[in-house]
Formats: sequence, structure tokens, C-alpha cells
Amino acid sequence: MARVDVLMPQMGESIAEGTLSKWLKKVGDPVKRDEPLFEISTDKVDAEIPAPAAGVLAEIKVQEGQTVPVQTLVAVLETEAGAVASKPAAASPAPAPAAAPKPEPPKPAPAPPPPPAQPAARPSARPADGDGGVMTAEQRLRTKSTPLVRKIAAEHSVDISSIPGSGYAGRVTKQDILGFIERAPTQQAPGPRPQPQGPGAIEHPAVEAWPGDRVEPWSRIRKITADHMVMSKRVSAHVASFFEVDFTRVGQLRAKAKQSYLDRGVNLTFLAFIAKACAENLRKHPIVNAAVSGDSTIYRADVNVGIAVALDWGLIVPVIKHADELSLMGIARAINDLGERARTKKLLPDDIQRGTFTITNPGGFGPFAGIPIINQPQVAILGVGAIEKRPKVVTAADGTESIAIRTMGMLTMSYDHRVVDGADADKFLADVKKLLQEFPEGAM
Amino acid sequence: MAEITFLEALRQGLWEEMERDERVFILGEDVGLYGGAFKVTDGFAKKFGESRVIDTPISEAAIVGAAAGAAHMGLRPVAEMQFIDFISCAYDMLTNYVATARYRAGLSTPMVVRGPCGGYVRGGPFHSQNPEAAFLHTPGLKIVYPATVRDAKGLIKASIRDEDPVLYLEHKWLYRRIKEQLPEGEEILTPIGKARTAREGKHLSIISYGATLWKSLEAAEQLDKADGLSVEVLDLRTLLPLDDAAIVASVKKTNKVLIVHEDTRTGGIAGEIAARINEQAFEWLDGPIMRVTAHDVPIPYAPTLEDFVLPQTDDIVKAARWLAAY
Repeated sequence: MARVDVLMPQMGESIAEGTLSKWLKKVGDPVKRDEPLFEISTDKVDAEIPAPAAGVLAEIKVQEGQTVPVQTLVAVLETEAGAVASKPAAASPAPAPAAAPKPEPPKPAPAPPPPPAQPAARPSARPADGDGGVMTAEQRLRTKSTPLVRKIAAEHSVDISSIPGSGYAGRVTKQDILGFIERAPTQQAPGPRPQPQGPGAIEHPAVEAWPGDRVEPWSRIRKITADHMVMSKRVSAHVASFFEVDFTRVGQLRAKAKQSYLDRGVNLTFLAFIAKACAENLRKHPIVNAAVSGDSTIYRADVNVGIAVALDWGLIVPVIKHADELSLMGIARAINDLGERARTKKLLPDDIQRGTFTITNPGGFGPFAGIPIINQPQVAILGVGAIEKRPKVVTAADGTESIAIRTMGMLTMSYDHRVVDGADADKFLADVKKLLQEFPEGAM
Repeated sequence: MAEITFLEALRQGLWEEMERDERVFILGEDVGLYGGAFKVTDGFAKKFGESRVIDTPISEAAIVGAAAGAAHMGLRPVAEMQFIDFISCAYDMLTNYVATARYRAGLSTPMVVRGPCGGYVRGGPFHSQNPEAAFLHTPGLKIVYPATVRDAKGLIKASIRDEDPVLYLEHKWLYRRIKEQLPEGEEILTPIGKARTAREGKHLSIISYGATLWKSLEAAEQLDKADGLSVEVLDLRTLLPLDDAAIVASVKKTNKVLIVHEDTRTGGIAGEIAARINEQAFEWLDGPIMRVTAHDVPIPYAPTLEDFVLPQTDDIVKAARWLAAY
């Protein structure tokens, strides 16, 4: 078994060193003569370096990313087939017979591949243009599309970033986009869209799919939601406050009124009480019922409370218009109606517009509390945690304290600190809490 | 129908034009008695006489200058450069004088300058050049570069009949390598300024001419067999004026373009073609316009080095694969 040294080639007279950018073979891999073994990058060229002889890659002496002088020993090949496949980790140093002169003079590695070059084929091995390093170049490849693909996308109103790409680094090719359009002739959003998207395109970096993974292009509603969430986090200075609320009284009122509400076709939920409490107090705390526009604050004249509805195919936020003018019954009915129409895709475009504040209620799933993302361009969103019986210290009228079983739940509000300061938010929440804990029976 | 070589087709074209039009005459080094370095004009002196097949001194400037004067006076000269490499000796005549004659003086200069070009024949730096790019930049000239037997004949005849000066570049690697049956008794004329689809395809277009057209076709065949890629190959035939319509049509069809030429890379025709595609069909591109060309060096003598410097079929296959996957 002969050993052949593989050296860092001199790629041009003036070149003194080269960077091993990528190994194309692993130790133990069989290689054919002239088969690309590794890639190098020098001041002048990036090139694949072919194996000087057939054999097995026995040792790797220079790791990826290392820069070494020319003629440095980069790897050792063991020639002579046979001992090949059986010894995958042939790294064991089977030294060459010391006496024998070098079995084969190490060739100055063959010249680089001819000019057609692979310009962007392996962006990682190439100097990034100007700013950034390897990732920047890769990301650029992933997000840039060709003129033709952009043209087709514009003609069909397709969002390129929602198409899985099969080109280099996930680039969307002509075949990809044509196939996508063919498969989904008119990819309509199921139901109307949530809030219109804010300014600025959102880029979602591409991620390599591994073998066996399933890559599913986003639906329109998913895309809008994804963009909106990222945009909101980027635009607003999110802060959250947590208030624990004693829902015992609300629970009692609810239990008492539930049947009479049902008789009138309305399902009375805790959410209706919370929405009512918010609606009542938004008028008193106008900064929470607002929007930011440039360097100004828009105080909304109406109180329109959006209620997030989770659907099998995404999330949508229908809006209860003039919620502050509705009774508890009216609010409960509106929540029922909007939820039902969201699930049956019967919402009208107007139903999801002009919200001024949003409530999201995942409490039914059991979270203690959550921190929601603001529904732009609003400035606050209330999250409702699980409402359940917990031990609570209560103080009796005579001042004695005891632990009681109370129906408790967390309210979390994310708010935009650009315009809503902590005091504003907490004053609003304190009022909401007070109203819930002292809900007037007359308002039933 | 006899099968003839590229060289024979060229010879026939010259012969037919000499017979058809007595204003047509040939001048060059050793074109008469000797029949030309490659025997293109073998037998011409005997048939047409020494007044129409003129041996000249070794001076390309004089040959082109004499041809220009004769053309002004109403004749139809065909000037041979023994090797096209030496057309550079007549660069001044062609660019300053011939190309500007119509503009400067309203003088018609219906003349052809032809000669063997190209490498792959171990000819070294003085006998392997492709000079087209040097003249592409000269308004007033036309450049044709046939790749097929049929066009070798059709373009020499069309060039002789053209009212303006035409450079007719004939690849010596093609001279005796390619053969084709041409119909007898049919006048073969290839229109100047019209490209030809040498192979239909839909995944990408290779634009080429001359010897590399054949390497491109070979590559297309390999890509079809090995990769299932449908590669269109466009034979430019005329380099000046370029057939923009044919180029753009192919780009719009396949959306990916690889330009292959034997000439060196920097300042080569591929750059001009790429620019035109950008201007006229940018939104139809589904990948960068790529080039396979010679390296920017003189053509070496050593066979291994020449093979390395000049574009080979494998280079085209590799570049096309890369582009197809882009």
C-alpha cells in the first residue's frame, strides 16, 4: 500500500498561500484519480483540487478554513484499492516503508478548472462583496431572485419568499415558481386578511431542509401573520404588565346568568366580562386606545375591541365595533357571532378592520400567562391566562386574614412603550381588574 | 449528392462566384500557382487566369489596400490572409480606410477579406487566433463566421455579393473535419445577419459560432443523455451585425444563456451579447449570463497547454450544468 502526499498547490506564480475552503471527501472515502478532493481559495482563484492518484483518503492534515503556505502537506492518500471499503477509518498510520524513496513524486497539483468557473456556485469560498462574511453571501443568494422569477411573481401576485426554492442556496427558480402557480391556481386567503401589513418588506431567512423533512409553503394567512408579527416586534417597543385578577365574583354572576343568556341564544363567557371591562375603561384611558403615526399619537375616537380567534388554518382578529356602547349581552353576542363567522369563513372585510385594542384569550388551553405581540397599528393587547381555582390570601371585613379558594386568572398586557408608559398601562389594568372584581350586578 | 468538406464548400462558393461574375477576383499570398496554404484556391489560377488569381507580396496592408482600390473601381475582390492572425498588419487599412470609406467619401467598397482562423490545431500564438473582437468595434465592417459546410458556401457567396466590406473567418479546425452533403444544382446563399438554431431546446441556450459551435452541440448531446437537459444551441453565423432578434427569442424561450467562444474572454463578443441581452431581455433571465471562452493568454504551442487554454466540451458541460441548476 503506497501513500501519496497531497500538497497545497501553487495556483499562480505569485501565490504564497491558500485557504482550504472545503473538503469534498471524508477520511476513509475512496477517491478516483482527478476526482475533486477539496476546494481552495487563494488571492487569485477558487478551485477544486483533484486527487493526484486513486485510493483512499487516509489522513486530513489541514482543516477547512485553515490557510497554509503552498506545498504544505494537506492530506495523505493510500493508493491501491482493496483495503478500501473495509477500513472506513483508515486513518491508522500505516507508515510508508521508510527506506523507499517517495513512491510517487507529489505532483504539483493540477491546474484549476477552466474558465467557465463556478462564480457563485460556492459562495462560501468566495470573498463576500464588500460587507459581511459567508452568511451574508448565502443569505443574499437565498433571498435574491432572478429577473424572470420576479416578473412571473408580479404577474401572478405571488410572494416569492413563500415558495420553496430548488436552486442554489434555496433560490426560487423558474420551474419552482411555475410549479407553485400551477399547484395553487388562485391561492386565496381563507377568509379575509387580518390587519394590512405595515411598511417595509419582511425577510424570513431561509433554512436548509434536511433529508426527510417536509417543506410546506405558507398560506396567505400564515404569510401575513408571520410578516405582521415580525414587523410588530420591530416597530413597537414591547413591554408587558401582569395583573392577577380574582374572577370569583364574575364566575358567580356568570353561573347565575348563564341560562338566561342561553335562552336568548348567547353563550356567556369570562371573555365577555373581560372585553366589557376593557371597553368600559379604554374610554377613560385613551392612550391605551391609540395608534402611533410617524412622530404623532392618534387617539382613537371609537373603542373597537378586536378578539383573536384561533382557527385550524391560522389566526384572525375580528373586531367588536363600538364595544364601549354595548351591554354585556351585546358584547357576548358579538363575540359569539364573530367567532362563529370566523370559523365558517363568513367574515366580511369590515369585520376585521378598524380595531383599536385587542384581546387574545388562549386561557382555555391552560397557560398561566402569556406575552402577546401587539396587533399593529394599535398600542396594546391584552392576554388572558387560565382562569382556575387557586389558594388566595383574603382579608375579612374585621381584618383577619385567611387562605381561601378563589377563582383566579392572570391578565397580561403588552403595550407600546413609545407612547404608553408603565403608569398608564398599569392604571388602565388596575381599573380593569377593579371592574372585574366588583362587577355590578346591574350590568348583567 | 456528394459529401464535401467545409473547405471544399468554401472553394465551390468562390469558384461559382468567379464563374458567375467576372468582376470577382482573388488576391493573396501563394493563392495562385501554389493554390493557397490550405489549397482553398487550388486550380483557380489555371481556370481563371493570373489576372483574376493574383499572387501578392507578403504584405497584408498592401493586399487589403489594393483590394479596397479595386472595389472602389467596381471590381469584387476577395483578399486572402494566409493566416488570419496577420490581419492585424492590415488593421489600419481596414479600420481607418475601408470601414470609413462609405461614410467619408460615399465610396462603396464591396470586398471580402477571408482567411483561416482558430486553434485546436497546435498552431501556436501566430496561427491560432480569432480576431473578430478587434473588428467588432469598427462600424462599417461586417463579420461572418460560418460553422457548417452549407454556411461556408452560403456565406462566402453572400459576402462577395454584399455591397460592403465583409470579413469572412474560416476555422481551419473545421476545414476537413466536418462534412455534409450539399444539394447540387441549387444556389446556396446564407443571408448575412441571420443566426440559425442549430439545436432546439428549452432549459438553456448556448450561443456560439465557429468551432465551438460543434463543441457546444457535443455538450448539448452529453447533457441530454446524462442530465436530461434540453439545451438549445444558436449558431450566430454573422457576428456583425449580430442577430439580436434570434438571440432574444432564444433567451425568452429558455431564460438561461451560456455564451461560448474560442476567442479570449476579456473584451470578447460574449460581453457584447451579454450586454444586449441585459438591455433587451433582462426580465426574461432566470440566471446570470455565463461565458465559456479561452483564457486571457496567447495560444500555447504545447498540446496540453492549448487544450487547457481553449474551451473544451467538458468546460461547456460543466458551465451549463451549473447554470441549469442555478
